[in-house]
Amino acid sequence: MQSYNQPDATGHFGPYGGIYMAETLIPAVEELRQQYERFRDDPDFKAEFAHELKHYVGRPSPIYHAKRLSDSLGGAQIYLKREDLNHTGAHKINNAIGQALLAKRMGKRRVIAETGAGMHGVATATVAARFGMECIVYMGADDIQRQAPNVFRMKLLGATVVPVESGSRTLKDACNEAIRDWVTHVESTFYIFGTAAGPHPYPMMVRDFQCVIGNEAKVQMPEMIGRQPDAVSACVGGGSNAIGLFHPYIEVEGVKIIGVEAGGYGLATGKHAAPLTGDAKVGVLHGNKVYLMQDENGQIIETHSISAGLDYPGVGPEHCLLKDMGRAEYVAATDEEALAAFDALCRFEGIIPALESSHALAHAIKIAPEMGRDKVLLVNLSGRGDKDMNTVARIKGITL
Amino acid sequence: MSTLQNRIQATFDRLKATQRKALIPFITAGDPTLDMTVPLMHALVEAGADVIELGVPFSDPMADGPTIQRASERALKNGMTLRGVLAMVAAFRQQDAVTPVVLMGYGNPIEALGWETFAARCAAVGVDGVLTVDFPPEESHVAFEYLQRYDIAPIFLIAPTTTEARIAQVARLARGYVYYVSLKGVTGSGNLDVDSIAAKMPQLRQFLNLPIGVGFGIRDAETARQVAQVSDAVVIGSRIVQEIESSAPDRLLDNVQNFVAGVRAALDRKERL
Repeated sequence: MQSYNQPDATGHFGPYGGIYMAETLIPAVEELRQQYERFRDDPDFKAEFAHELKHYVGRPSPIYHAKRLSDSLGGAQIYLKREDLNHTGAHKINNAIGQALLAKRMGKRRVIAETGAGMHGVATATVAARFGMECIVYMGADDIQRQAPNVFRMKLLGATVVPVESGSRTLKDACNEAIRDWVTHVESTFYIFGTAAGPHPYPMMVRDFQCVIGNEAKVQMPEMIGRQPDAVSACVGGGSNAIGLFHPYIEVEGVKIIGVEAGGYGLATGKHAAPLTGDAKVGVLHGNKVYLMQDENGQIIETHSISAGLDYPGVGPEHCLLKDMGRAEYVAATDEEALAAFDALCRFEGIIPALESSHALAHAIKIAPEMGRDKVLLVNLSGRGDKDMNTVARIKGITL
Repeated sequence: MSTLQNRIQATFDRLKATQRKALIPFITAGDPTLDMTVPLMHALVEAGADVIELGVPFSDPMADGPTIQRASERALKNGMTLRGVLAMVAAFRQQDAVTPVVLMGYGNPIEALGWETFAARCAAVGVDGVLTVDFPPEESHVAFEYLQRYDIAPIFLIAPTTTEARIAQVARLARGYVYYVSLKGVTGSGNLDVDSIAAKMPQLRQFLNLPIGVGFGIRDAETARQVAQVSDAVVIGSRIVQEIESSAPDRLLDNVQNFVAGVRAALDRKERL
């Protein structure tokens, strides 16, 4: 295989990515690129990042053999990378710490973030408290309803949560509003972007910070089973937990890579959030060129997923390239399949997964029975499900 | 022969000869209704507009403030599309062959139509320039190639934060005029600082041979007049869109015309400040 080295110097992953931003923000993005170039290999920066991940986040996160679940399926052995055990309960903290350390070095005392499910908002509020920074989190008004516990957590941590009433009142609108804030306060403010998308250098930088997931797994799997898994899998919204697991495995031969998008009510209904599997056209939104859910006139359409964290019309540019290269396979799991997987993990393993991660589990549950018992599937359990209690209770017709 | 390009150039030449400054109003196509846009364009010209910036609505207008965002939402609800905007320019051209029209918006609706089709249609209907807010020079290779082929002026933004190297880059690509964003923020924000605009102009003129229009945050005739003292053109968007938003349907054209005529009079007033 030809050596994989993406993105190029201008921030493109093949035809994807780039810096599609208004001129007002180009200097800010350029400053960020230069500062990240300067610090990404800096020994002090790397040491501080590693220290925070170990002592504050609690890394490395373990890998757990979901044996009862695997036995019930009668096929491949399912292993879980336990990002749900991180401080704040999801993989988002890995990236938030990395960007906060960069913000600190750049002398920015005000951080802003967008959030969907609230996990990135909580992670950002957490690191802002940890490093003594002012924190503003933009969140769609609908998501504030869906994720009330996380809104309260952010407020407890000292963040200001700003409801976004425009557009579809979800993650993409929160992104728009955060970008507007950044344009207006560009000199004082660091935008802690939550996923491996957006203008260069974000897709690369967020990936680099999240690669701790895959790098740990590459060491942990041989320790546990004497070899690498047959496949690694993760849910894909913007795709930061997925790229963090996938990237270190891109050049590992024999390891299949599977990204699982949010199939919503089913791809055929059009009510989903699966640009890679749902035949979306390539387009430009939020600073990058990616597969994008849009109508025939190039307007972004409203997506649907039971999981707020996956409810986004685009996807990170590196996933677009991996799809085109055929190096990763992308599939979708519906709301219903994700809920069934959620229940299964609760009952068989005593682990309550996030609805986002439940999509990756759902696909594993689907394909494991078709695989031999000696096969190993590593699924990224990107977050825990505490935040989803209200959503799941409502679907089950229960009032808390 | 480049008649289309010359519409912008001819306008600025004519203004320069009479020592007047260009007034460039912005409206969103399809706001408040599809039927109102062409009459509004003619009304703007009657009130003294020199160039019309016609907004192509987009679902996610990240660089715009709430006023223009609401206009976009109204227009999209009315069924406005990029093809529809082009048809409106064609209708406008039936009665006005002189006033330059610049389309302003975000890249994705154009990407969806295809740059070649778009540029060809622009040329056919009489669009003179295109400003794609989220396509900086770095990402404009394809756009530039087709706009140039069909003689449509690529209009670029320059911000207070833009470096000299980037101003030089814009100078190589831009035609028509250059749009200087007068403040850090989204469209319709306040706190415009005329002194800082004046201070920036010598640096811009060092690199740019094109007329320089200034916009973002110009809300009244007096500010427009002050800005015009140091630039070649003033762009007024949110303030006009606000007038459209708050006017009763039967008062709409009059209200917009009165506002624009007021700005025109202030720009043309003879005494210096």
